[in-house]
Amino acid sequence: MSASGRASRLTLRFLALGYLAALLAVPVAMVFYKTFEGGIGPAFDAVTTPSAQHAFWLTCLMVAIAVPLNTVFGIGLALALVRGRWRGKTLVSAIVDLPFAISPVVVGLALILVYGNAGWIGTWFAENGIRVIFSTPGMVLATIFVSLPFVVREVVPVLREIGVEQEDAARTLGASPAQTFRRITLPAIRWGVAYGVILTTARALGEFGAVAVVSGKIEGQTETLTLFVEQRFQAFDLAGAYAASVVLALLALAVIGTMTLLDRRKEA
Amino acid sequence: MAIDVRNVSKSFNGFQAIEDVTLHVPDGLLTALLGPSGGGKSTLLRVIAGLERPDAGEVLFSGQAVTDLPAQERGVGFVFQHYAAFKHMTVRDNIAFGLKIRKRPKNEVRERVDELLALVHLGGWAGRYPAQLSGGQRQRMALARALAVQPRVLLLDEPFGALDATVRKELRDWLRKLHDEVHVTTIFVTHDQEEALEVAQQVAVINEGRIEQTGTPDDLYERPANPFVMGFVGPVSRLGETWVRPHDIEILEDAEDGAQQALVERVARVGFEVRVETVLGDGTPVPILVTRQQADELELTAGQIVWLRVHRAREFAPS
Repeated sequence: MSASGRASRLTLRFLALGYLAALLAVPVAMVFYKTFEGGIGPAFDAVTTPSAQHAFWLTCLMVAIAVPLNTVFGIGLALALVRGRWRGKTLVSAIVDLPFAISPVVVGLALILVYGNAGWIGTWFAENGIRVIFSTPGMVLATIFVSLPFVVREVVPVLREIGVEQEDAARTLGASPAQTFRRITLPAIRWGVAYGVILTTARALGEFGAVAVVSGKIEGQTETLTLFVEQRFQAFDLAGAYAASVVLALLALAVIGTMTLLDRRKEA
Repeated sequence: MAIDVRNVSKSFNGFQAIEDVTLHVPDGLLTALLGPSGGGKSTLLRVIAGLERPDAGEVLFSGQAVTDLPAQERGVGFVFQHYAAFKHMTVRDNIAFGLKIRKRPKNEVRERVDELLALVHLGGWAGRYPAQLSGGQRQRMALARALAVQPRVLLLDEPFGALDATVRKELRDWLRKLHDEVHVTTIFVTHDQEEALEVAQQVAVINEGRIEQTGTPDDLYERPANPFVMGFVGPVSRLGETWVRPHDIEILEDAEDGAQQALVERVARVGFEVRVETVLGDGTPVPILVTRQQADELELTAGQIVWLRVHRAREFAPS
């Protein structure tokens, strides 16, 4: 290896690490640093106010509804897209990617158009006394919408990769379609599902734009953790904003940790 | 259990995979479906297994129609070319799969799996995962898995196609012996004529979605129904309108009645046989197979003029 070769290799490495540090590691570390600058006490106080607690539980609720629904739907649709023989697959596959393509703010506005008091489905809900927009149902819809493609997109390539041979073998050995799915297909795609669930959860936890538009941002009522962070920030309560951000980050880490543990246990 | 396929057709997106196929597989026999790739033999096997639904025709097991029965209710054992091993299960769990689905008592499952592990010589490998096995071991595991549920018929789709030559030969002999012990009606798909003729008791030659001929290996080799079968099951030399096996041509040093003059172009000694490439006066190449002894007696060399006498030549009516 020549000296110039080594130099360019080191430069490249320095650039890559510098890029990561400047854009990811340093800002995240700063948030943690700022949060615990004054010790754990003030940070703890900032995230245990009634509106902070409400925001925490509302975010958990969004995740608890959106993630299971999108996981079941995602696996089902991935199976239909890969294994099914039907017309319009390309179109459906493209529609699934819409949430990637459309800005979350537009998603929020679109939901208001349909489910708002003047919208065509919204009118029906309003007549039956159900409030969708500026309320939890609308926020759940927005969260589901923006986090929809992840499980499908992670599972489709894995299904393609494993092929149908193992499933055919299970069938000839007497397994019903349900048994084949549970004992053969699901274990084979579990890494794809796990990764899809992590991404879906991360997206549901962190969603801001769409939820901000449909929620009306009513403190203590329709405020998720991300909205709470922004609201604290706007109110010049930087400590509260930082502390809530740390809670968000810890939630995401907890999800990744749980998935890893679950999978390890299954393998053992 | 005898199997009957009656007038079965199947197409995929406009491609006719098999067309009006009728086949009788006698009880207890080892039958080969032989033919070139893409000829429809795998499709026929999958129709018998219930993995594909025929567009037309019927499949009967012991005289009973099973055409509408899904694969999981047909009681077949199926072995795939690429093993279809359940990658997330150990060898033991792979073999036990069908028994567990049938909810057999745990003791019975363990005993049966132990028996099968011994039968396929994988006794020490029960706790391994398929990724830790060689191709030959994986295919033996797949066979044990198929046999575990005591299938009424064993179906093998190019079972040795992905293995190297030595292992293929070994497994082929082993399958033959296994069949002598277990006596289950067996159908296997292959494109290797040597494999089919050596292992099977009955061979059906399939080409372009149709059965060209069904018979014993001897029938096909000695009494082929058409030029395709003759050419597919063994080597062929053509002299005008007659077709002849290269080992049925006798080489003479002197002119004789009915013998044709030819020029020796090349003499290749391959093991115990000698391949002699000759050309007739009109330029037709005629490959001939002789034994080493015959070649030595004739002192065959390139450039020599010889006379050819044809034994057991065949002429086929134009189709």
